[in-house]
Amino acid sequence: MNSSRRSPPPAVEFATIALLAGLLALVCASFFSLTIRWGELFGADARRSALEFLSGFAPPELAGSFLAGIAKGILETLSMSALGTGIAFLLGIALALPASGRFGAAARLGIRLVLNILRSIPELVWAVILLIAAGLGPFAGTLALAVHTTGVLGRLFADALENLPTDAEDTLRINGAKPLAAFFYAALPQILPQLMSYTLYRWENNIRAAAILGVVGAGGLGQMLKYHLSLFQMQQAASVIIAMLLMITLVDGISFWLRRRLTANPSAW
Amino acid sequence: MSFVLRGISVRHAAGSRQALVDVSLSIEQGEQIALIGPSGAGKTTLLHTLACARRADSGELSVFGAEPWSLNHARRHALRARLFLAPQTPPLPPRQRVVTAVLAGRLPQWGFWRSIASLVRPRDADAAYDALARFNLKDKLYDRVDRLSGGERQRCGMARLLVSNADAFLVDEPLSALDPALSLQTLNTLQQEATDRNATLVCSLHQVELALGHFPRIVGLREGRIVFDAAREDVTEAMIAALYRNAADSPLFIGKSADT
Amino acid sequence: MNKMPAAVFSRHPDPAWRGRVTAMVIATALLWPMLVAGEFKPWILFDAKSLAATGRFLAAFFPPAHSGEFLWLMLAATWQTVAIATAGLTLALLGAIPLTLLATASLSVSQLESGRMRLAGAVVRQTARWLLVLLRSVPELVWALLFVRIVGLGPTAGVLAIALTYSGMLGKVYAEILESSESHATESLLRNGGGRLAALFYGAWPAAASELVSYTTFRWECAIRGSVIMGFVGAGGLGQRMDESMKMMAGDEVSTMLIIFVLLVACADLVSTFLRRRLG
Repeated sequence: MNSSRRSPPPAVEFATIALLAGLLALVCASFFSLTIRWGELFGADARRSALEFLSGFAPPELAGSFLAGIAKGILETLSMSALGTGIAFLLGIALALPASGRFGAAARLGIRLVLNILRSIPELVWAVILLIAAGLGPFAGTLALAVHTTGVLGRLFADALENLPTDAEDTLRINGAKPLAAFFYAALPQILPQLMSYTLYRWENNIRAAAILGVVGAGGLGQMLKYHLSLFQMQQAASVIIAMLLMITLVDGISFWLRRRLTANPSAW
Repeated sequence: MSFVLRGISVRHAAGSRQALVDVSLSIEQGEQIALIGPSGAGKTTLLHTLACARRADSGELSVFGAEPWSLNHARRHALRARLFLAPQTPPLPPRQRVVTAVLAGRLPQWGFWRSIASLVRPRDADAAYDALARFNLKDKLYDRVDRLSGGERQRCGMARLLVSNADAFLVDEPLSALDPALSLQTLNTLQQEATDRNATLVCSLHQVELALGHFPRIVGLREGRIVFDAAREDVTEAMIAALYRNAADSPLFIGKSADT
Repeated sequence: MNKMPAAVFSRHPDPAWRGRVTAMVIATALLWPMLVAGEFKPWILFDAKSLAATGRFLAAFFPPAHSGEFLWLMLAATWQTVAIATAGLTLALLGAIPLTLLATASLSVSQLESGRMRLAGAVVRQTARWLLVLLRSVPELVWALLFVRIVGLGPTAGVLAIALTYSGMLGKVYAEILESSESHATESLLRNGGGRLAALFYGAWPAAASELVSYTTFRWECAIRGSVIMGFVGAGGLGQRMDESMKMMAGDEVSTMLIIFVLLVACADLVSTFLRRRLG
């Protein structure tokens, strides 16, 4: 690819071979250092216990009172994901203003560093840390999603704002509007559908994250799953997993529909 | 005095060519001036300099008795609120509604929360309606900007001027996308508003006949220099011909093909 | 000047106003139960007990733990995290390639001959697609929880969880990339009697290589994050160490791990950018 201009091109560059060899070495080193217990996986013993384990899932628990608990778990998970994403949308816009250089180069670098840190640390790790301040339950999960997603969206929003032509904003500022007012009247209306579309994508991601945050005690379906698995109540666990899958499919559908509406018929404001 | 310029020079950011060379000009409050000259003469740069949008590389500028570039940032910004620069093609967000785009002219007077509230529910739709009506656009009040034609968008930008409370209007080629009848009406509306408010009007124009017919004072610019600055009675055919000599967009040429 | 806001008595009421009010009412009606279900109580962050606990924990962050022994332990854990991600992704590739071959319509031999796929082919293809959907829809952490029950604590569960989830993701996206890329070369190879594998490697692969590489490296980055997370259910690596330190409220260790984590993600980002440029 890189050498296409030269003729005749060398078949494969040395550096590429070295790189592939390096990758191969990384893969081999990974497998050797991990001491994966293949025997336990593929031995006859393992096959039997795995089958036993899997057959324990059927049939999924469908008792009314249990399903009511699942419904509560779904509502909790949906709320965590939606609230977390919503908070991150607002914070993301607020932080994208300095991160897109609207308040000077120093603020831009500083805020971008913060955003990078926020998004490097996954939701689950944030949840573990925030449990200390917010206590067990969905509130810690909501905050964890909000913190991580703020980092992701803030960076995306800032990049989108930097790529936006500034003439509409400049015109208002030249005529005496304050920078923030000019942002809301000129930049935001141009870019809002794009920001919403990013946010909806992120929501699809966050519903998956919210489903598992409960594993560390941050509420939602994950908490139920961990509980039933730890008691080896496989039928209940199967129901929870099915509920997760249905909920994820539902949110994907809603988000897809919203995004299509957003691009097909963007509303005026 | 609205504006006093002494020896203003502005260099283009990229090239070494100067956009304005040693321009001196004084403009009284309430005066109405047409800027004419071939394209590239520096009309837009002069308007931007007057609007305190760009700083001159050398020379002195005084606006309403203050020197904007020796003021601090906040005071200079307050000064800008008394000036209104209407660009030739107003860059309006396509999805915005006309009412919001027009009311953006009120932003310098509004506090932050009032600005935000007006996005949810227009604060003074009647003022926007009246301003639009004066440019034949009253039925477009709640339309989206991207449904407007180029000429309608241009007038939408000038309706923004009417709802502002500026003391000086700096208007760049307001008629470039309009047919002759609308041009006349638009120009009359601008001049009427300036007269009513005793606001200064500086307007760059392509159409020399309109400039000579409507503005008491004409400033001719060519290659960044003021070629003449005269009352319209004193502007002769020879002066116009010299101003547009060898220019691709001479008024004779333009007169025939109108503006597309 | 009238004292009332002009908009209230506007001669030209906003036609969008009614819709906006309705939208706000609906949004509030949706938001309220969410706030209740999510136990959204920001003020508990600021009560004295919570503030004290947070303060104690954060105070221990500085200085981060940096004894030689601890750093050595961290190095081993970090390598384990990377190794789990790499090994898991390699297995995922091995699983994804056959599934992709099955699921990609443009690599179908029967479609070429009759213009339609044979029934058996269509059934296999659809089954492969459903399998891919199932594999990627179950979150990796759930797979890890299940595997920890089957194979016990340790990296094996993490490797398997990544292998399953990511073979689903890779398989789906590979099939999409191959189908959207130029199918002409593939078709002529199949027409001239080439096998599926030949068609994949000589027809579709060169056309789509850079996209495939770029998506795979992106997934490798994701797998590194995922392997940290799975440590929290006992699948080894940094996550498991972090879980232990959190349980002991050892703020200094947690702060070191967070720093390592940010650096690790930044490095993975650099490496994958480099790979994309080199191989793409």
